[in-house]
Amino acid sequence: MGKVLVFVESRDNKIKNSGFEAASTALRIANELGNEIEALLIGSEVLKVAGELGAYGIKKAFIIEDGRLEKYSTTAYSKILSEVSKQNGADIIILSATAMGKDVSPRASAKLDAGLAVDCTDIRAENGNIIATRPVYAGKAFIDVKINSPVKMFSLRPNVFKPAKVNGVNTEVEKLSIDLSDSDFSVQVKEVVVSDEKLDVTEADIVVSGGRGLKGPENYYLVEELAKVLGGAAGASRAIVDAGWRPHSDQVGQTGKTVSPSLYIAVGISGAIQHLAGMSSSKCIVAINKDKDAPIFQVADYGIVGDALEIVPALAEEFKKVLSN
Amino acid sequence: MKIAVCISYVPDTTTKVKIGSDGKSIDPSGVTYIINPYDEFAVEEALRLKEKLGGETVVLSVGKESVKEVIRKTYAMGIEKGILIKSETEMDSFAVARNLVDVLKDINADIILCGKQSIDYDNNQVGSLVAEMLGLPSISVVVGLTVEGNKVKAEREIEGGKEVVESTMPVVICAQRGLNEPRYPNLKGIMQAKSKAIEEKQPTYTENKIETLSMSLPKPKPKGKIVGTDISAVPELVRLLREEAKVI
Repeated sequence: MGKVLVFVESRDNKIKNSGFEAASTALRIANELGNEIEALLIGSEVLKVAGELGAYGIKKAFIIEDGRLEKYSTTAYSKILSEVSKQNGADIIILSATAMGKDVSPRASAKLDAGLAVDCTDIRAENGNIIATRPVYAGKAFIDVKINSPVKMFSLRPNVFKPAKVNGVNTEVEKLSIDLSDSDFSVQVKEVVVSDEKLDVTEADIVVSGGRGLKGPENYYLVEELAKVLGGAAGASRAIVDAGWRPHSDQVGQTGKTVSPSLYIAVGISGAIQHLAGMSSSKCIVAINKDKDAPIFQVADYGIVGDALEIVPALAEEFKKVLSN
Repeated sequence: MKIAVCISYVPDTTTKVKIGSDGKSIDPSGVTYIINPYDEFAVEEALRLKEKLGGETVVLSVGKESVKEVIRKTYAMGIEKGILIKSETEMDSFAVARNLVDVLKDINADIILCGKQSIDYDNNQVGSLVAEMLGLPSISVVVGLTVEGNKVKAEREIEGGKEVVESTMPVVICAQRGLNEPRYPNLKGIMQAKSKAIEEKQPTYTENKIETLSMSLPKPKPKGKIVGTDISAVPELVRLLREEAKVI
């Protein structure tokens, strides 16, 4: 009988939404397999938040607390994840494919001699095996995979799996200690530079992206304003990133970020194949473009054929109006 | 300083994916292959480090004979040496990393650069696996890099910001778009690259942990609704998003 370990990501000792997504999904997989499940939290003071996992049905959580773990360290975190897995006999490890998850999981997988399926968009138990679906070619195709090594790791794409609150249970929290020497901190985050509290496109439930149809960088604020009204994040097409209007970190698409928000609004984006790959798994897509034949309309649920510079401010106004009611 | 760069060979970003006859991989007919774009940033960074600090550069790749095309491209950019671990069979990230490590352990590079992911299987693993298998630190998704004595300082992208990370050397760095602007090879470089030797090695490890069962294309979407052609369509669009799509 196997055991599932879910690594629940926290930053600044707060559990991230993607951490709850992973916990919830790992619990479902454990139930489907009839396996036990345990959670792992790492940080400087995570004891006080570990109990929050009870609302998602997690009965047992391990915590590793150490002042040096306040900020993320690739080397220390991967050591802890693999050691805790080994000590507790976990053979299925689930975590979120965030920046931290993508960084920590391959290193831990090498220590555990485990296969790792990254960025899964679906995961299910079938005849005692776990089958995971993951996008390849930035979402132009999907593959179903199975892991054949004794220990298996899966990272889940953020924002795809919804955290399910259940009838709350009490989470029993156990503090573990793992020997950490200075050499385990050979990679150390010195500083986290947050770009003015900006929501990242990969984490946002609503994304508004702008492209060439904005005509110039001076009009990008329209995209940002619409995103702000909707509580979403602002993104960009590769064309305007290459043109230097926006930083690379805003780019949506292949060689940029892949997003799957509930609502994606493409403003003045024609929809090159690289862009479509990165956003077409969004649940609802709105396109605003002058060219009625633009490929973006092929993936859009709703479209307005018209000038983005006129329509976007009107859209922001209309949303403001209805959302304040 | 010794700098190694691991590269891969991938379908161009404009590729329209068709499923191959095995139902598990893409149909390669008509596909143009290029150096993985993230690896190109890694190659450029290696050249800049060499130009600044002196030293030698070597590229490594695991793959078919045709990968030599992109190794020659890196020669044209300025890389001095190329090694191809020749394999006709597909390997997963773990197997690729193991093969790279078996060559890298004798190279003793101060810095190993990779792209943060390859744009075919988007695995985001090889660089970190290589580091772990060599017992080295690694920094992924790097958009800024400076070498200070026997340490590196890097900026890595995270959700909504950046981390400033310090590490000892030797270190593995996985490059993200934004790290630099790769150079275009000049004609002289391209000519010289044509006749330059590429060392070939045999794979040492071929076991895959990940088994692909099937590949599929995204489900086609039903045709969307054009709500209007000017500003007067805005209230109706908002109504549809609230009442029909229920996303607001």
